[in-house]
Amino acid sequence: MKALYQLSLADKVELVETDCLISCQEGPSIMLLPSGRVAQVNPGHNFTAWLIANIAALYHSPHRPSISLRGDAEIPPIEQMGFFSKQELVVMRNRGHIDAENIEEYIAHDGYMALYKVLTALEPEDVIKEIKSSGLRGRGGAGFPTGLKWEETRGYKTNPKYVICNGDEGDPGAFMDRSLMESDPHAIIEGMAICGYAIGAPQGYIYVRAEYPLAVKMLQTAIDNAVKKNLLGRNIMKSGFNFNIGIYPGAGAFVCGESTALMFSIEGKRGMPRIKPPRSAEAGLWEKPTCLNNVETFANIPQIIRRGADWFKSFGTPESTGTKVFSMSGAVRNVGLVEVPMGITVRSLIFDIGGGIKGNAKFKAVQLGGPSGGCLTEEHLDIPITFDSLQNVGSMMGSGGVVVMDDTNCMVDVARFFTQFSVDESCGKCVPCRTGLSVILSILEKIIMGNGVPEDLHELETLALHIQKTSHCGLGQAAPNPVLSTLRYFRHEYEAHIYDKRCPALVCTDLIHFEINADNCKKCGLCAKVCPAGAISWQKKEMPVIDKIICTKCKSCIRACKFEAIY
Amino acid sequence: MNKDLKKIFTEEQLQKTDAIIEQHKEIKGSLLIVLEKIQDVCGYLPLSLQRYIAGKMMLPPSQVYGVVTFYSYFSTTPKGKNVVKVCTGTACYMKGSGQILKKTREYLGIKEGEVTPDGEYSVEEVLCPGVCGLAPLVIIGEEAFGLVDPDKPEDIFKQYKENFHDRSGSDKN
Repeated sequence: MKALYQLSLADKVELVETDCLISCQEGPSIMLLPSGRVAQVNPGHNFTAWLIANIAALYHSPHRPSISLRGDAEIPPIEQMGFFSKQELVVMRNRGHIDAENIEEYIAHDGYMALYKVLTALEPEDVIKEIKSSGLRGRGGAGFPTGLKWEETRGYKTNPKYVICNGDEGDPGAFMDRSLMESDPHAIIEGMAICGYAIGAPQGYIYVRAEYPLAVKMLQTAIDNAVKKNLLGRNIMKSGFNFNIGIYPGAGAFVCGESTALMFSIEGKRGMPRIKPPRSAEAGLWEKPTCLNNVETFANIPQIIRRGADWFKSFGTPESTGTKVFSMSGAVRNVGLVEVPMGITVRSLIFDIGGGIKGNAKFKAVQLGGPSGGCLTEEHLDIPITFDSLQNVGSMMGSGGVVVMDDTNCMVDVARFFTQFSVDESCGKCVPCRTGLSVILSILEKIIMGNGVPEDLHELETLALHIQKTSHCGLGQAAPNPVLSTLRYFRHEYEAHIYDKRCPALVCTDLIHFEINADNCKKCGLCAKVCPAGAISWQKKEMPVIDKIICTKCKSCIRACKFEAIY
Repeated sequence: MNKDLKKIFTEEQLQKTDAIIEQHKEIKGSLLIVLEKIQDVCGYLPLSLQRYIAGKMMLPPSQVYGVVTFYSYFSTTPKGKNVVKVCTGTACYMKGSGQILKKTREYLGIKEGEVTPDGEYSVEEVLCPGVCGLAPLVIIGEEAFGLVDPDKPEDIFKQYKENFHDRSGSDKN
């Protein structure tokens, strides 16, 4: 950054500090406009010299190949990269193009045009009608039609009403909301203001996780700037409409992503979900009608208004319209945020955009929807991603976290990980979730330690189904999904742990023997070289021997062995 | 009650605490914000401080305690000067953050909830700061370290000491 600023004065190139070009794989990166090239930058190198040598060439002639400091092959223009070519940018259209702290840049990209249109030309009912006909469904995971929610909230006569933006992105493995709040905060603000106009609310709140300090800062700057320009506050654009937004930093509780829990949290209480009905559209925050939507949902609104419902419907499938942002991580080659039309297949997402599995490993499973979602296998790769299709196979859209796993991940361990998460985050109000999940966790731990018995599988299943049916809120109802889906599709792995006392992926340390398979061993001695404890003795042309007393079970040897000879 | 607090916290910390409470007292539902700000000033929220806040805000101490223990952001025990946060979100977990956590604690010689004898470090788990592209991730103080080697997490401490620790606050570039 510093180098860029020094240079920008000399070269008269305008430099924009931007957030996340969504190709985290290549980071840190810079993009050069108008050619739209992304260049990888290694901050450790002599960046200034490189820039002087190359920036002019890169900038002035779009036909010349871009040059990478890392000495990689040429980088094609952004539209031709496999990672980007299949994406449709609607919500993330401004990513990397604008400086989030500068409201003028958002306005220059047609920002606040939708709000202007709404305030000057449309009645609240028209706005709701437009959103309804666009078919937009809540991007937080459940997929409730947004237009219906607005209509319902507008229908109640109690005043005042509230708009809440749910930025409590708690799913581990999901970071699209963070990116949106940091890189395009005005889109969210505009969406909220339009919602406020449509349902008749004068006040909005954005609830942001405390783990996202930069998002809080960006949103606050954006709100302050919008107020200065009279795009928020009293009598917006002289239309007589008043709307204010306050930021509410959360304090780290996953369950606060649940709408009623979130509202209790804003009220300064423990965030524990309550029984519905009344739905929050009738009695939400402070018992007043409240419309709560996800960050991504609000970010969609301005464009639907500006470009029309039909334009929005041109993306996706008839039941699930528009695009969805997914955050890909795990064993794929390209990690980062991707925005694709609904209905794209899982295969296309992972292999075309994600670039396939990293290294030589084999695809094993993909986990969608965080701790509430399920794992899908190879046979599901060709199902289209929509709200309904994923639910049919025991997973869910969730907020859009996609964690890809290869054959070095143990599915029992994955189930244990998610159950542990749900146990930690359970609010403790209802028994099935509080106690049931702990019991599931202890069974899973037993299996991982090598003490599993055949009856455990049946017990896991019954228990999980009970929790699903009897839990109070979405967290509990969805928490057994990882266990159920792994039991369904990876039962053989559970059985290997229980019957053979072995972990096929070599993850569960207690089930690894740390012995050497004479058939596979090529006697190369690599294992002995990497062992940090000096537990492996090896002489040339002889089989190594592991001293199990010294061995710390760190698995360095397993990772080093190229022939899978250690089990 | 104030005497106990004066033993733990400095005069300045307590003054700031009072100012924060005074500023938010009248706002409905501001308890969470007040607690967040006070924790930033005082570092942690022991029982005596919770009682003090409850008294000043005219709330039952049970409600304050309930909120403090519900949210993971709040701590009732002191933390180190530099908090080491190991991400245990899905992506990081898959890439060995469990081992990082174990090794880091071994390296610093502390268990869960403890602070190193010199008061410098404490280690905690954090759920997904949303930088899954750089998994596994460790945050020390304000500095994030991505792609940490699960076999050698101690390397980042060296980096941290060299690059950030000695000149914290003086030069950010």
